[in-house]
Amino acid sequence: MSTVQAPPSDLAPRILSNDPGDHGTPHGREEEWRFTPVAKLSDFFESGQRGLVTAVESEFVTMTPAERNSSTVEKAAHWVASDLPSALVRTHASSVVSVAIPAERKVDEIVVVDLAGSEGLNYGRIEICAGAFSKATIVLRLDMTTDVSGIVVTDVADQADLTVLALYDGPRTSRHVWQWGTTVGRDASFLGLAIALGGSIIRLRQNVRYAGPGGSAELLGAFLASDEQFQEFRIFVDHSEPHCVSNVVFKGALSGAHAHTVWIGDVVVRREAVGIETYELNRNLLLNDGPRADSVPNLELETGDVVSAGHASATGRFDDEQLFYLQSRGISEELARQLVVRGFFVEVLDKVKDADLRRDVIRRIEERIGMDAIEQQLTGVDA
Amino acid sequence: MSTLQITDLHASVVTDAGETAILKGVDLTVESGRTQAVMGPNGSGKSTLAYVIAGHPKYTVTQGSIVLDGEDVLDMSVDERARAGLFLAMQYPVEVPGVSVSNFLRTSATSIRGEAPKLRTWIAEMKEAMAGLQMDSTFAERNVNEGFSGGEKKRHEILQMSLLKPKIAILDETDSGLDVDALRVVSDGVNQFREDSGAGVLLITHYTRILRYITPDVVNVFAGGRIVETGGPKLAEVLEADGYERFADLSTA
Repeated sequence: MSTVQAPPSDLAPRILSNDPGDHGTPHGREEEWRFTPVAKLSDFFESGQRGLVTAVESEFVTMTPAERNSSTVEKAAHWVASDLPSALVRTHASSVVSVAIPAERKVDEIVVVDLAGSEGLNYGRIEICAGAFSKATIVLRLDMTTDVSGIVVTDVADQADLTVLALYDGPRTSRHVWQWGTTVGRDASFLGLAIALGGSIIRLRQNVRYAGPGGSAELLGAFLASDEQFQEFRIFVDHSEPHCVSNVVFKGALSGAHAHTVWIGDVVVRREAVGIETYELNRNLLLNDGPRADSVPNLELETGDVVSAGHASATGRFDDEQLFYLQSRGISEELARQLVVRGFFVEVLDKVKDADLRRDVIRRIEERIGMDAIEQQLTGVDA
Repeated sequence: MSTLQITDLHASVVTDAGETAILKGVDLTVESGRTQAVMGPNGSGKSTLAYVIAGHPKYTVTQGSIVLDGEDVLDMSVDERARAGLFLAMQYPVEVPGVSVSNFLRTSATSIRGEAPKLRTWIAEMKEAMAGLQMDSTFAERNVNEGFSGGEKKRHEILQMSLLKPKIAILDETDSGLDVDALRVVSDGVNQFREDSGAGVLLITHYTRILRYITPDVVNVFAGGRIVETGGPKLAEVLEADGYERFADLSTA
């Protein structure tokens, strides 16, 4: 495997190679890893005996031994590993979970993929392919009882409309390091939504590129970090095609003395990417003193000929005036806090078009912030 | 029949510059069926009085008492005060992003009434109250105070008051930022509420114009952190003609 020289951009990955030997071991001083607690992830940087993330096969989901996998999705998506953990998964995962939506197929029901590992560290190699003109919503439910180093390679073919929702919900003990690489075809739409609630460490790198003009990518995130949880979201959107759209919205609520979240939003607009629209937003709500939220948006423009390009980042304390206002209407302090936190996430959750799925996500978030009180109060009396 | 009894109330605010006394001995009684106007110049502390009654954490009561029907209000949390029957229509209502007016109103009504109103009767109740304030029904789907005009914010406050049916309502500069038409709609709403509920009203205002629509029983002049003169509705007319100048000395006392 030869090393591919990455195109010159300050924000693009430096080394693209599926050979783990081409990637150095992260020490925490590298820009890419400077926020990550690498000392707690040393096994993610070493090869060794690992478990495998598996999924139950269904109409759209198959498990294929790695040696029989033709890598057509990787080729279509032009995906190559960009760091050591992803190269290790690519090289050593013995099997591939493939989710394939046939061309011109409109799938009404939600395709749920339960991804389970075994004890210890597992490799997860997922490939998603949405054929041309297809439409589907895929939910990846991550097993948060085991550690996972994973990759999700997604190819959204021309004019396909794909939603992928990843649920990182479960116990706050496991470590998850994932790399998503998504290629958006001509006039295609991709909506990627990460809901991060569980795990002790979640590190999610999402790279998006476009394979033709007119593509649209929305990357959304809703995350709740408390106690000792660490959550990191690194976005890289590479605009190299004209008239494409990217919209990145990540919202996080933090509580407890030691919670730490990181959001890095890198967007490159290359010379040929004229007429594009890009916007990225990260908002963090600190529910008390103590948690730390790092937020770094970067926008690199190589052409000024764009429709719009912008970013915003804000981290704020819970607004005591909102609390006073709600309490002055008889609402208890606990309920008032919950209302404000739920309201904070509405902007992201409203993007989930399927009503049942939206309710499920809201329920999971509410459970995490102890929201049951509101629903019981409001629905308890109704016939 | 309810009585809100404020006796020798002193309150201060703590800032970086230290503790500043704002209320300096307020005595005032608000009773069911009666409207007390409190008028005063800017900075006299009249809005602080409203916030202290509602329990805003920014202010510390250093002396005196507030009692509602024999219950010590100062002992209650902000939400307990609301559930005990106090309501503050705020001068600057706060935006709550992502929380719809309809969800907010139902959650408040549930908290105040102790049980969730039945959905069907609640919708009817809300529609009627909104129609009375000439509010469009789409209003209920908007987020609380987000992007509201000045007039919409004040109508929303009065809407809450009419749905929550407090025993004693405090209106803090409800007339500020309203044009003549909006002032009339809001005043009609307040008058309707007074008539329907027989509640006591404490009307805090800088200008006399709202008193042309909402007739007070008593007019109090507030200056230097306390009430310095009390009279009938005619006192408002005197203030309108002469302004607050003759109370200027008391403001610095």
